[in-house]
Amino acid sequence: MLQELESLERKLMDEIAAAADEPAIEAVRVGAIGKKGSVSERLKTLGKMTPEERQVMGPAINGLRDRITQAIAARKTELRDAAIEARLATETVDVTLPVRPAPAETGRIHPITQVTDELTAIFADMGFSIAEGPDIETDYYNFTALNFPEGHPAREMHDTFFFNANEEGERKLLRTHTSPVQIRTMETQKPPIRIIIPGKTYRQDSDATHSPMFHQVEGLVIDRHANVANLKWVLTEFCKTFFEVEHIAMRFRPSFFPFTEPSMEVDIQCDRSKPGEVRFGEGKDWMEILGCGMVHPNVLRMSGLDPDEFQGFAWGIGIDRLAMLKYGMPDLRAFFDADVRWLSHYGFRPLDMPTLFGGLSA
Amino acid sequence: MKFTLSWLKEHLDTDASLDQIVERLTNIGLEVEAVDDKAQFKPFVIAKVLTAEQHPDADRLRVLSVDTGDGKPVQVVCGAPNARAGLVGAFAAPGAYVPGIDVTLSVGKIRGVESHGMMCSERELQMSDAHTGIIDLPEDAPVGTSFAAYAGLDDPVIEIGLTPDRADCTGVAGIARDLAAAGLGTLMTPGVEPAAGDGACPVKVTIEDADLCPGFALRMVRGVKNGPSPAWMQQRLLAIGLRPINALVDITNYITMDRGRPLHVFDAGKVAGNLVVRRAREGEKVLALDEREYELTSEMCVIADDNGVESIAGIMGGEHSGCDENTTDVLIESALWNPMNIARTGRDLGIITDARYRFERGVDPQFMVDGMEMATELVLDFCGGTPSEPEVVGYEAYAPKVIDFPFTEVKRLVGIEVTSQEQIDIFKRLGFGVEGSGVEAKVTVPSWRMYDVEGKADLVEEVMRIHGENNIDPQPLRSHGAVNAKILTTLQIRTRLAKRALAVRGMMESVSWSFIPAEHAELFGGGSAALKLANPIAADMSDMRPSLLPGLLAAAQRNADQGVGDVALFEVAATYEGDTPDAQRRVAGGIRRGTAALTGGGRHWAGNGEAVGVFDAKADALAALEACGAPVANLQIERGAPGWYHPGRSGVIKLGPKVVLGHFGEFHPRTLEALDVSGALCGFEVFIDAIPEPKKKPTRTKPKLEISPFQMLRRDYAFVVDRDTPAATLVRAVSGADKKLITNVNVFDIFEGASLGEGKKSVALEVSIQPTDRTLTDEDLDALSAKIVENVGKSAGGVLRG
Repeated sequence: MLQELESLERKLMDEIAAAADEPAIEAVRVGAIGKKGSVSERLKTLGKMTPEERQVMGPAINGLRDRITQAIAARKTELRDAAIEARLATETVDVTLPVRPAPAETGRIHPITQVTDELTAIFADMGFSIAEGPDIETDYYNFTALNFPEGHPAREMHDTFFFNANEEGERKLLRTHTSPVQIRTMETQKPPIRIIIPGKTYRQDSDATHSPMFHQVEGLVIDRHANVANLKWVLTEFCKTFFEVEHIAMRFRPSFFPFTEPSMEVDIQCDRSKPGEVRFGEGKDWMEILGCGMVHPNVLRMSGLDPDEFQGFAWGIGIDRLAMLKYGMPDLRAFFDADVRWLSHYGFRPLDMPTLFGGLSA
Repeated sequence: MKFTLSWLKEHLDTDASLDQIVERLTNIGLEVEAVDDKAQFKPFVIAKVLTAEQHPDADRLRVLSVDTGDGKPVQVVCGAPNARAGLVGAFAAPGAYVPGIDVTLSVGKIRGVESHGMMCSERELQMSDAHTGIIDLPEDAPVGTSFAAYAGLDDPVIEIGLTPDRADCTGVAGIARDLAAAGLGTLMTPGVEPAAGDGACPVKVTIEDADLCPGFALRMVRGVKNGPSPAWMQQRLLAIGLRPINALVDITNYITMDRGRPLHVFDAGKVAGNLVVRRAREGEKVLALDEREYELTSEMCVIADDNGVESIAGIMGGEHSGCDENTTDVLIESALWNPMNIARTGRDLGIITDARYRFERGVDPQFMVDGMEMATELVLDFCGGTPSEPEVVGYEAYAPKVIDFPFTEVKRLVGIEVTSQEQIDIFKRLGFGVEGSGVEAKVTVPSWRMYDVEGKADLVEEVMRIHGENNIDPQPLRSHGAVNAKILTTLQIRTRLAKRALAVRGMMESVSWSFIPAEHAELFGGGSAALKLANPIAADMSDMRPSLLPGLLAAAQRNADQGVGDVALFEVAATYEGDTPDAQRRVAGGIRRGTAALTGGGRHWAGNGEAVGVFDAKADALAALEACGAPVANLQIERGAPGWYHPGRSGVIKLGPKVVLGHFGEFHPRTLEALDVSGALCGFEVFIDAIPEPKKKPTRTKPKLEISPFQMLRRDYAFVVDRDTPAATLVRAVSGADKKLITNVNVFDIFEGASLGEGKKSVALEVSIQPTDRTLTDEDLDALSAKIVENVGKSAGGVLRG
């Protein structure tokens, strides 16, 4: 009997080992320990045995059943694992294949917009708001109200684009600076005034650093006490923050603009010894970056303010120039070409939003 | 404005170095643009020719032995005919750069003989045009010392960029005055002595228009001999880039530069009768000293004699009566002209001269007669002759301007303390008169500052610039005392958001010209006369753009021509419907070309990008509007986009029946052809200034979120409708069946086929139904379906597809 059991076990173990897939092992299971399986049939014989026989055969058959059950379970697990492995193998892809780039990574913000946002972030912190005005201006706002007398050579320096005179003989023009917005603001808003005015400006000029259309940001502060020392503070803080340096030396020089008195030009310290790169806050070179001054009494008067009561200062900087200085574009004309290779290289990712808390450019 | 250091020092007694002078000039507002320290002349030394032997192989060359002062004679091969033993001249060693021939010397062999340098001619050193021989100095010239120092070639030249207000610094004397005021030395400009005249000036002057000529002084000097001016004067003129002509002309140029006082000299022998200062006759012509003929207008002022125009007043003399070596009697003119008139005449005629430069800024009226006297003195000195008495017409003495000046004004406007005594000192050193002290003074403006100093602010500037602008410590701007809340306007916020939203969609921001070609403007509804520039910088930059699209389309084509065919560009900027401020619109526009869709274009292993089309543009347009806060759910999309779009593949975005917020689509083939662009293109423009201002809300609290506990159901319907029925009509009809239950209607399939019948299409809709208070029964759903079918039948003529 025991010999027979041994040979059955060998046979079943061989069948388990030979089962190649889940249906095969299931067939082995049914044939061995199913209701009518070979082992199950043997178990049924126990009832008819003598107690002595049962004492020997009971453990033998039960032992056989347990070993077979275990072997089937183990084989099943093995087969399932193999099946998963096989499926995974067929599902394998070449993960080195490229994915499509995210649109948010390929889109670009123009440097002029980015720099304007940087300016906005800085001046907002100093209590300024942003004003705007029209590109097409009248002679009054662009010149007369800004204390440019009719026929004065200073007008000629502006290389103005004019429109043809209309029926009333009025000749509109493209604003040559953002300063007309100073007047428009003072006419409609009571002091204190603290604004910056970014926008397009136009002059008949074209070379690597001049373009017939360019961008300026004007600043204006009007109240009862704003003075040159405050102006110096504003500009120094601005330059330091904008160029993201700890310290920057600035040189103020007397100059002339019809709409400010006293007027100044400002140079900033820089190092231009490496071609194609300007470093601010170090070096021995000076670079002129802006013009400024105290708002001329005539301008205040023409805007309806008493120059003995109100006072303030204004300045103007080229936005394109600031962008070129900070980010190193060599040629202004390329700003307006919409060459996607240029935009891709010098432009900014749309989610790089300049803030003071998150960093202007980082 | 250029001058040399030695010239300046003739007016300014100073120990300051060149660097100190240059720095101070810039700091007081006379910005130094260039300094030529004449280092290029440093290599040249005085040397003596010891021996001069015939070159063994060349008839015209000699081999010199030259003593350069260091005791070791050098061998030089020289071709100059005057090269001889004993000659003392200017020697350049190998390595020296010779400016006149633009050559850096090296040791060379000339016809087999080594030459270690060169003996120079005047032309080689740019001293003159003389090139007949090498420089031949007196025998006692100190061998071994600097030739430049000996010959006065080492005088540094300073160039300042003068601002238009500083008429007083158009002469070296004025610059010296400013430097002296700034503490850099003592002013020592000599005064002018009037010449004793012999008889009245035989030529009389009449001024017809006193407004154009507020004064005129004239004197004749008889019996002059006009030759070259003295070497020192020629050298100064040459140093600042003026060509010496003859003594009489050089004198006028010299005084122009020295005192900022332009003068003119007429050859009296060529002047017929008396002089009259008058407006030119319309079309009158004059041949000027630059040998060009100018046609004048009645806006211009001239000096004429019986023959006609002899000089364009204050700008340029006439060729006819100019002085040359045959001149024996000379008329010296020193006059005052109307600055505005000079500026306009100069501009209209396109003449830039040293005289115009000064007269349009305004010359010192008090120096009019002095200028003539100074010229007389120099003429008598250089050319001899006998002066007449001066003829002075129309001149009224300068009536000084007096400004009431509280000394506190400096503190008020500048923020620094400058004592009243320092302020008074500054004014006095600059030539202002000061009466009073303590709190306020009457400050008298000198004649040379009458054009730019008009009020208190100008006086503050004088104190500030002389006290030193770099001595002002920055002071923080006062705080508003509150957080800066309102920084951007709604339109600025929208502009910013539209840009970022479009860039996030993979588009690149372009900034293109506000002016475009007239044909392009006309194609896009522009081109009106009011928006055409009178003086465009180029013919194809003539018209203010009515739309962003032509610029963007042209840019796309430029990129395509460079091999980048898939481009997505946008711009958020102004377009112009008229020349008034409210006709300037704020528009967000964009285009996509090729396969540059949102999801990425080009070929890709997972599926190639398809050509962009109307729906790409529509998605961009809506994204821009949504970013700007437009109520996107309430917008209507209609046909009827402007003519530059493809009529069947474009749409208008409206808010209500009247407000047009934008349009989008593919382009009309004729538009593309006219713009000379090609490829798959679509684009849009949305008017972000037309979106209604958001309503002010009392609270920022969002409405309470109601989440239904009941499961959402989805039911699909397919309706057969006429082919031209807009899908939007169906969506609206379905939504209208129960606005509460139906939360979304999604078009998921469009099918056209013969089975549906001619001119029909099937639109498949997925309807989301969200019960809120109970689970819906079959009866509820049947009723809802019936309502949906009924609505679609009524408003779109659609039937449920069988």
